[in-house]
Amino acid sequence: MLKTILNLSLLASMIRYATPLTLASLGGMYSERGGVINIALEGIMLAGAFTAAAVTVKVGNPWIGLVAAAIAGLLVALIHAVASIQFKADQVVVGTAINILFLGVPPLVSGALFESTGSTPQLPRDQTLPDWQIPLIDQVPVLKQLLSGHTPISYLAFALVPISYYVLFRTRFGLRLRAVGENPEAADTAGVSVYRLRYAGVLLSGLLAGIGGAYLSIAQNSLFTRNMTGGRGFIALAALIFGKWHPVGAFLACLLFGLAEAISDQMQGVVPIPVQLIQIIPYVLTMVVLAGFIGKATPPRAIGTPYIKEK
Amino acid sequence: MKSRLRELLFPLIAVVAAFLVGGVIVWMVGDSPLLVYELFFTSAFGSLDGIGYTLFYATPLIFTGLAVAVAFKCGLLNIGAEGQLIAAAFATAWVGLVLPGWPAIVVMLLAMIAAVVVGGVWAGIPGLLKAQFGAHEVITTIMMNFIAAGLVSWLTQYYYRRQGDPILETLPIAEKVNGVVVGPHIPRMSAMLAPLGINFPDRLPLNLAFLFALAACVLVYVFLWKTKWGYELRAVGINPSAAEYGGISIARNIVLAMFISGMLAGMVGINDVLGYRYRYYHNFSANYGFTGIAVALLGRNHPMGVLLAAILFGALIRSGLFIDIFTDNVSKDWVVILQAIIILFVACEGLFRGGAKRLIRGKV
Repeated sequence: MLKTILNLSLLASMIRYATPLTLASLGGMYSERGGVINIALEGIMLAGAFTAAAVTVKVGNPWIGLVAAAIAGLLVALIHAVASIQFKADQVVVGTAINILFLGVPPLVSGALFESTGSTPQLPRDQTLPDWQIPLIDQVPVLKQLLSGHTPISYLAFALVPISYYVLFRTRFGLRLRAVGENPEAADTAGVSVYRLRYAGVLLSGLLAGIGGAYLSIAQNSLFTRNMTGGRGFIALAALIFGKWHPVGAFLACLLFGLAEAISDQMQGVVPIPVQLIQIIPYVLTMVVLAGFIGKATPPRAIGTPYIKEK
Repeated sequence: MKSRLRELLFPLIAVVAAFLVGGVIVWMVGDSPLLVYELFFTSAFGSLDGIGYTLFYATPLIFTGLAVAVAFKCGLLNIGAEGQLIAAAFATAWVGLVLPGWPAIVVMLLAMIAAVVVGGVWAGIPGLLKAQFGAHEVITTIMMNFIAAGLVSWLTQYYYRRQGDPILETLPIAEKVNGVVVGPHIPRMSAMLAPLGINFPDRLPLNLAFLFALAACVLVYVFLWKTKWGYELRAVGINPSAAEYGGISIARNIVLAMFISGMLAGMVGINDVLGYRYRYYHNFSANYGFTGIAVALLGRNHPMGVLLAAILFGALIRSGLFIDIFTDNVSKDWVVILQAIIILFVACEGLFRGGAKRLIRGKV
């Protein structure tokens, strides 16, 4: 019984499920490390997923769809940034508004474009992102099944983990971003532009979450369906906290939550454990972490507070 | 008086601006904005049916709007009203299902208590985590939303669903027999108005819970502004360290505010389960919890404002279906978009304040 569940294909599917989570989670990290709480990841992913599918249907090329999704994510994040940085609106309220907005926008637009509210037309197989076989790994038996044959977005997500670590902890930008999220007054005094860095953080989160959304509609699936993220933006947020706002931690959390999703997917009808109970694991774990039972998750100190520059 | 006018002015500008942007969206997808505005007013307010439905949809939003407002007054953002009302609605039906032989009125009362208590506990947990460990209530309430949805969906599917029912809903706790509802429930407006000789259509789902909602507005007002407890709660919201210095416990008030907030959200269960469907239906909530944030914001976290804002959003929900049917390209999702734009505009008050200032300065 356990064997039918725990096998290589399960781990491969864990990687697939972890891909959009990782992208959104790393994105959220840039925003939150800069001091802007981003609960709009869900809405941004929806925007990315819909844009990717809609553009690919119109153009016939998933790569253009992918770029469009990244741009869409960026634009949605721009709304977030302008509202919460420029107009000092409550970041959580803005995030909520964006999430609600993109429950409504995709069906309305797809109704106007494709005469079908809710979903975009099915894409043919050759118009979704390809699976890449990795040359050397392809020769090694176990690694082949595990690491080869994923879509480019997965490899991008993996690559972004060490890159994000480097950017955050080894570059001037990263240092300043963290400073702005921990103590904006001090950063400002030191001549760092709080607003510009926060903009950068939020926009990066939009870029990555938008690509994460595209993964759902033009890589893992071949169409957009209503509310297709199904809470993944929030799971990514949970992973970010579970991983204590650290790129490696967040990635490991995404793998764990991806595994939970893969198990609940493969177990349907195999083992009599209700899917719902597996699906809530990420949320329960996050509560446990927040309650301080597994180490302590301390958010960036200035998270959630708009910065008002002294005149 | 002048400041009160200003309090009204900004939300009003935000709503008008949102309707204008919404109109542009309608125009962009190829329909007439004027037609949509007309459909909104006529379907929501143009007939007794319209008003009845508008108030029915406003009922849960009054509860969730008050829920968000009470938490907000203590400096907390409860974005978990959705989970609280789902857990509470299930608990309401559950009481009816596990006490089949009991007198309907007793079960009805117990079910109402269950709704309020479960809602309160579901919000109280994040409150406790915040007070005890400093866990951010926004994150914990989001998590509790998903935990509630998962647990309730599991319980419904595996233990309380009718065999072979394709819909995820529990067995009924009350049923209509020869036009009379038998079993634990609260009366509909039609049944309540009939003895007074007023003929209110029986098909309208507006029920006693609407009056509960009005009463809740009054109670919340009295609690927040006329009692010592409310004063302490607001003091913590305005300046926690000053409040603590004055001998007010921050931790106690955080838990209290969240518990009351959850109780209010939980009352949505009473409206839907005891007043309307007589069962727990998964997905019954049309985002009531999240719309509650919009309601509270627009209503300036004041019970009177919440009531008015809830009626506006109730009207939007009511008109969604008509806009969907009577336009070529505008689906009922337009209503959802409009809600989001209203929240954005209200949240970005600086946008209008800056504009107003510039206008005034321009004149001078």
